[in-house]
Amino acid sequence: MNNTSYENLTRGIIRENPTFVMLLGMCPTLGVTTSSLNGLGMGIATLFVLILSNCAISLVKDLIPNKVRIPCFIVIAATFVTVVDLLMAAYFPNLHATLGIFIPLIVVNCLILGRAEAFASKNTVFQSALDALGMGIGFTLALTLLGLIRELLGSGSAFGYSFVEEGTETMLMFIMPPGAFLALAGLIVLVNQLRGADK
Amino acid sequence: MSYLMIFITAIFVNNIVLSQFLGICPFLGVSKKISTAAGMGGAVMFVMVLSTIVTYLVYHGILLPYNLTFMITVVFILVIASLVQMVEIILKKMSPTLYQALGIFLPLITTNCTVLGVSLLVVQKDFDLAHGVCFALANSMGFTLAIILFAGLRERLAFVALPKAVQGAPIALITAGLLSMAFMGFSGIGN
Repeated sequence: MNNTSYENLTRGIIRENPTFVMLLGMCPTLGVTTSSLNGLGMGIATLFVLILSNCAISLVKDLIPNKVRIPCFIVIAATFVTVVDLLMAAYFPNLHATLGIFIPLIVVNCLILGRAEAFASKNTVFQSALDALGMGIGFTLALTLLGLIRELLGSGSAFGYSFVEEGTETMLMFIMPPGAFLALAGLIVLVNQLRGADK
Repeated sequence: MSYLMIFITAIFVNNIVLSQFLGICPFLGVSKKISTAAGMGGAVMFVMVLSTIVTYLVYHGILLPYNLTFMITVVFILVIASLVQMVEIILKKMSPTLYQALGIFLPLITTNCTVLGVSLLVVQKDFDLAHGVCFALANSMGFTLAIILFAGLRERLAFVALPKAVQGAPIALITAGLLSMAFMGFSGIGN
């Protein structure tokens, strides 16, 4: 694998992480990360849509007139979201019920449209797929990490395995809405601090 | 559910931004000044009510009778995108003052998940048209209230000296977290 490909693949994972650095796709990030498994599920669903839509868009990029490109990108993304929605309802009905309205809302996740506009509409299919894979993994990692932190603090478990005895008082606030904002804020401060130390 | 209850739950108890996490992008992005926040809120109200009516009619008039409900995501986003474009064109022609006030926010609304989210929720909750419109109006008022309150807080925050790592997004999120905690005081009303 040459340098550009490697660069396109790894950029999204840490250096330009969509959640912590670029702050894209905040709604699902905050909305579904009440547990690490929910975060992981949402991340993988987004990863799937992102790869397929990036590939499709870079395949047809020369056919789409410049003026109507955004609606075209949205329709392409919406098609793949429908695919994911139906697949998930069939094979993972529990996860589908938990993620609820956030699955159709992957369509308006700025990450999908952002990568389509910034990368897939200008690059080859292979490079777009690598970019989508990297960004998707970065997003999945971020959501899983945030979900893990909230789950550990809020319900004393990780990936569904409980560490505390039944009836122990945990910091319930972290699985409630305010906890989402505070946990994400804490993680971004940490990332900023680490990035600052790099320079 | 009575109309009044829809308003109270949507604005205070289940605020769309602070407890449902829809529309976080504009909430964080366009909330540096109260005036722009109010403009965004106004534009969202206008588009959300309009798009709820149109998507409701499309769903019950076309998708349901022809058994095409699996197309809901694709159809709704298309309807919303074209509606926003149309509103922009009509406003530009009919009311330049209103266009001046709302114009720059309109293109952003297509990818504002509150609009698609509320349209989908109205269908999921099986509201009739009157309740649906009420629900959309109440939720957009909740959005406007949250974003204006938040902008007011951020205007004051601009004068505070903060550590470099906390500036920008983190302090905005912490503020939003505290605001969300304050709104949790309303929980329990209406149950």
